[in-house]
Amino acid sequence: MEEVIKDIIIKENEDYIINMGPQHPSTHGVLRFEVCLVGETVKYLIPHCGYIHRGIEKMCEKDTYQQIIHLTDRMDYLSAHINNEAVCLCVENALQVQVPERVVYIRTILSELSRIASHQLWWAAFGMDMGALTTFFYGLRDREKILDIFEESFGSRLLHSFNTPGGLMHDIHPNFQNGIKEFIKYFRKKLPEYDQLLTNNVIFKERSIGLGVLSKEDAISFGITGPSGRASGFACDIRKRFPYSAYDKVQFNEILFNEGDTFHRYKARIEEMKESMNILEQLVDNIPAGDYTAKLKPIIKLPVGEYYQRVEAARGELGVYIISDGNKNPLRVKFRTPNFSNLFIMNKLAAGSKIADLVAISGSLDLVIPDIDR
Amino acid sequence: MKSVLNYFKEIFSALRSLWGGMRVTGSYFLRPGQIVTQKYPENRKQLKMYDAFKGEVSMPHDENNQHKCTGCGICQINCPNGSIEVISKKITTEDGKTERIIDKHIYHLSMCTFCELCIKTCPSDALAWGQDFEHAVFNKSKLTKQLNQAGSTLKKVVKNNTPANDTIKANSNLENKQTNN
Repeated sequence: MEEVIKDIIIKENEDYIINMGPQHPSTHGVLRFEVCLVGETVKYLIPHCGYIHRGIEKMCEKDTYQQIIHLTDRMDYLSAHINNEAVCLCVENALQVQVPERVVYIRTILSELSRIASHQLWWAAFGMDMGALTTFFYGLRDREKILDIFEESFGSRLLHSFNTPGGLMHDIHPNFQNGIKEFIKYFRKKLPEYDQLLTNNVIFKERSIGLGVLSKEDAISFGITGPSGRASGFACDIRKRFPYSAYDKVQFNEILFNEGDTFHRYKARIEEMKESMNILEQLVDNIPAGDYTAKLKPIIKLPVGEYYQRVEAARGELGVYIISDGNKNPLRVKFRTPNFSNLFIMNKLAAGSKIADLVAISGSLDLVIPDIDR
Repeated sequence: MKSVLNYFKEIFSALRSLWGGMRVTGSYFLRPGQIVTQKYPENRKQLKMYDAFKGEVSMPHDENNQHKCTGCGICQINCPNGSIEVISKKITTEDGKTERIIDKHIYHLSMCTFCELCIKTCPSDALAWGQDFEHAVFNKSKLTKQLNQAGSTLKKVVKNNTPANDTIKANSNLENKQTNN
């Protein structure tokens, strides 16, 4: 009970409050932190979200299951494919449809490509938050290679609503596999540059080691998933624990650290990029031939019931919960998004640290604001 | 003595880490051929997008100003944002039959989210992605486009009814009835 009481924030009238956001360049979106300061030290911090709430869950209720897909793109736009896949898997499991093996492989490859692209952009922006502008250009330069692969096959670079319940919209471009192989060759050469530029940099290390330490118990009780949770030793990788798609066919390590500070949250993501490339190498040559979609009825009606599917998005566990009453529209859709849970640890991490470190801590959690508000 | 040694050791390792980063940026500074940016407005003429590029929804017309749209309205039903309006009219042919043809196929680019459902579900492949991407305009009304060209007619094709298309059509008829009710 005492533990719980400690978490409650007691506001006082004499508190010196400043607002960080809603339009602050380093919150990467419209998010407001109500920060109480004592001198330069943070006393407490209250996140205020809702500035970019679009009512996606409500909009899903009027759409058919094919139409939901394009809305999930707009939640976590950096791992748009993984969001799509989560809904598709949920619908397919409810219908008990077996999708072709080719679709399973392509989806897994795309998930890993999205994860690398997302981490590259995070690395770029995190460096910029910490005052190293060069990383922004280098990160985006490498991300461009992945976006070109996406654009060649699906026509769009970021929000490619390429999945559909039952399979894919159309087949991949013949150049797809070669593009990935070239990218892996290229990016393996460029990753040491990331270390030289930022990981080994003494200024970056001094600022991030030991900052914002998250214990394993807190990670579990706050539901901090993804690389942020795994940096604290919370083994929460859905790909490993509850394999879906083709993840049971590949060998990879779950990146775990025990320190849980900003530097190790950073390291977890860098290591995860390497693991993602290992997964890609195992899959890219083995895409089986076959159909790119299962034959489904044009109007999908799920049987009455409740369905849940969890996948590992770039920032943590994404859950899709659908209640169906047998119509062509869902009765209720709920998304358990990773960023919403990850945001509310901010008070615990930032209380007691300096206000200049706030940017580093929120950057290391890799928050995407539209995913919080939905 | 040892602490003094450590002090200098730390300084040197710090300087070395900074030198490592400077070497990366310096090597790119000396190799300007590695620059990856595009000179966009200058290379407009040569710029070629990928074939699958989603620029905007368009309706391809052949050299006789003919398109394939029958005006069935399936794209309108499938569009999640209401960015497509199919306005059809009934005409009487020379044989005395009444036929439904499209009058206007209106496309609101400002509402489109590029989800590809209209193109995918079109039973007669009348819609396709256009390659144009320079959509910035000064007036919002310019983003509402009419996809069928003036004076265009329906291209008569030999029907090959695949079963998938039939089911889509049957379902769309069913849905039309539901919406009418």
